[in-house]
Amino acid sequence: MVTELVKSENNYQAAFRALAPTVAWLELVRGSAMDRFEQLGFPSVTDEEWKYTNLASLAKESFVPATANEEISGDVKRHAYPETATAHLVVVNGFLREDLSVTTGLENVVAVDLFNAGADARYNKIIRKYLARNAGYHNNGLTALNTALLQSGVFIWIPKNVELETPIQITFVADPSAQSSANFPRVLVVAEENSSATVIENFVSNDGKPYFTNAVTEVVVKDGARLDHYRLQRESHNAFHVSTTSAELGRASRYDTTSINLGAQLARHDVSVVMDHEGAETSVDGLYMVGADQHTDTHSVIDHKQPHCNSHQLYKGILDGNGRAVFNGKIFVREGAQKTDAMQTNKNLLLSNKARVDTKPQLEIFADDVKCAHGAAVGQIDPEELFYLETRGITPELGRSLLTYGFAEEVIGKIKLASIRSELDEVVLRQLHTSLEA
Amino acid sequence: MLEIRNLHAGIDGKEILKGINLTINKGEIHAIMGPNGSGKSTLAKVLAGHPQYEVTQGEILYEGRNLLEMAPDERAREGVFMAFQYPIEVPGVSNAQFLRLAYNEKQKHLGEEELDPLEFKDLLKERAKVVEMQASFMTRSVNEGFSGGEKKRNEILQMAVLEPKLAVLDETDSGLDIDALRVVANGVNQLHTPNNAMIVVTHYQRLLNYIVPDFVHVLADGRIAREGGKELALELEAKGYDWITAPEQQGAQAAK
Repeated sequence: MVTELVKSENNYQAAFRALAPTVAWLELVRGSAMDRFEQLGFPSVTDEEWKYTNLASLAKESFVPATANEEISGDVKRHAYPETATAHLVVVNGFLREDLSVTTGLENVVAVDLFNAGADARYNKIIRKYLARNAGYHNNGLTALNTALLQSGVFIWIPKNVELETPIQITFVADPSAQSSANFPRVLVVAEENSSATVIENFVSNDGKPYFTNAVTEVVVKDGARLDHYRLQRESHNAFHVSTTSAELGRASRYDTTSINLGAQLARHDVSVVMDHEGAETSVDGLYMVGADQHTDTHSVIDHKQPHCNSHQLYKGILDGNGRAVFNGKIFVREGAQKTDAMQTNKNLLLSNKARVDTKPQLEIFADDVKCAHGAAVGQIDPEELFYLETRGITPELGRSLLTYGFAEEVIGKIKLASIRSELDEVVLRQLHTSLEA
Repeated sequence: MLEIRNLHAGIDGKEILKGINLTINKGEIHAIMGPNGSGKSTLAKVLAGHPQYEVTQGEILYEGRNLLEMAPDERAREGVFMAFQYPIEVPGVSNAQFLRLAYNEKQKHLGEEELDPLEFKDLLKERAKVVEMQASFMTRSVNEGFSGGEKKRNEILQMAVLEPKLAVLDETDSGLDIDALRVVANGVNQLHTPNNAMIVVTHYQRLLNYIVPDFVHVLADGRIAREGGKELALELEAKGYDWITAPEQQGAQAAK
C-alpha cells in the first residue's frame, strides 16, 4: 500500500510541477503547502481525528488532477435554483468557468476567479491576508494538497454595508474524464463590516466514474456582518469527497451554516468556526444521509475565544443499509470566554441493523460563567409513532418514510430558500423510495 | 357492524381481557367504562391492532370479516379509527401533509378519487370547522407543541377527514377542560350518523353528558361486569366503581 500511496502522490507532485507560474506570494504559499503535503501525506487511521475514516482506498486510487477548460457534458444551468438564476457560478473540476456562469444579479459584489484575483492589484491584499489563514495547511495534508494545487477557485467579496438580496450559488460540477479525476475546489468568502449575503455551495457530478474531490472553503465574516451559508454535497456514489469549511467571525457578526451530505462513497467534512470577537453568533447545522456502502464523517470545531458568543449546533443523521457515519463535534470555551452560550446536538436514525454510527460530542470548557449543553442520540423508528400512522391508514412502508422525512425536516426546514427545501425534500424521499405526491 | 366474541387478550404474557362479548350495530354509540386497570384501553388498542397486544382467545368480526387478521393500516382504510388517549407527535410532518396522505391512502384503497394539495386544502378547511380548528394548525407539525386539548381536537379532526365507520375514542376526555371537552364532544356528535358507530372509552361519566350513549358497558377485571343504558353511567357517577367491582362486600355491608 505504501508504494501505491507514493505513486498516487506522484500524480499530485507531477501536477504541482506543471503549474503555471504566478505572483511570488502565491508561489510561496503553494510551494510551502506542497512541502507540507509531501511530509504529511494523506491522514491515516492512526491519527485520532481519522480513527473511523480510512482513506487507504482513496490513496490506492491513481487519481490525476484536473486541468482547466475541459469539455463538459450536459447543461450546468439546470443546477441553478430559481432564486440564484442571476448569481450562479459554475466550477468544473475545480476551475471557475466564467463562460458557464451567470453573474448579472451580482452588482456591488465581487465574484471572480480566486487565483487570478490573487494576482490582481484590486484584490490581492485582502486575499493575501485571508487565504490559508483559517484553513491552515500545516497540520492537514488534504488542505495542504488543495492549497498546493491552487490555480482557480472562487473569491467572493461583499463590500462594507452591502446587503445582497440575491443568494450566490456556486455549483461544483465533477466531470471525471479518462485524463483527470481529482478536483481541488477552493473558495474564499469575505463579508465586510455590516454586510449580509447568502452563499450556496452545491457539489454535483455528471458522471458515475470514481473521482476525488478535495475542497476547501474559507469564510470571513467581519464585524456586524451576516452570512448564511448552505453546503449541499450530492457527489456521485463512486466519489471520494473530502472538504474543509473554516470560518472566522467578527464582533457581533452572525454566521449560519447548514451542510447537507448525501453523496459520495466516502465523504469527510471538517467544519470549524472560530469566534475571536465578542458577541458573535453561529448556528452550524447539518444532515447526513447514507445508504449501502456509503461512509460519511463530519468533524466540527466551534471555538469560543471571547465572551458573549452563542453557538447552536444540530446535526442529524439517517443511516440505511450498511451505511456508516461519524460525528465528532468539539466545542471549546476558552479561558475568559464568559457568558458563552453553546448547544450541540447530534441525533441519528438507524433504518437498518447493519448501519453504524460513531458519535462523539465533546465540550472543553475553560471559563466558569457559561451555558453549555451537548448530547447525542442514536435510535430507530419509534414503533408507537409508526403505529399511530398506521391507525390512520398509512402503510408501514410509507409510515417509516414519513417519520424519516420528518426527522430530516428539522434540519431541512431551517433552510431559508424554498426551492432548496423542496428539492431536498424530494431527494430525501427519493432516497427513501417514496413520494409524498403518491 | 362489530361483534366481539369471548375476547381474551393481554400484553407481555399478562392476560388483561378475560372474555369480552360485545355487539355493536351501526348508528349506535357504546360507552365502555370502568376503573383504572379494568381493560378499557386494552380493548381499544386491540381493536386498532396495536402490535404489543396479543389476542389469546376469541374473535372479532368487523362487517363479517375477521378483524384480527387485518393489519392496523388495513383496518384503518376499512373504516376503523381510534382516537388516541395520548396522541403521538410527528415532528417535521405537517398536519395537512399527514392528513392528505392518510386520506388519499383510504381513497386509493376504496378506489375513489385522490386529492391534490389544493383540493385537499378545501376539504380540510371544511372539516376543520367540526372542531373549530384554525388554519394555522394545518401547517404545524402533527401534534408537535400542541396543548392537550389541541391534540384531542386534532384527533377528532382526523376522524372528520377519514370518516370512519367505527370510531373508538380512547379516553378522549382525559386532560380536557370543560370548554375543550365541549368542542370535542360537539365535534364527535356532528360526525355521528346512522351509518357509523362509536365506542367511547371513558373513566368518567362527564363526557357522556355530551356524547350520549345508547349502551353502557362497565368493565371490571377484564370482563363486562354490568351493562345498561345511559342511566347506568349516572348510577356509576353516584355510587363509584366499588359498587360494581366489589359487589359482595357492598352487599354484605348493606345486609348489616
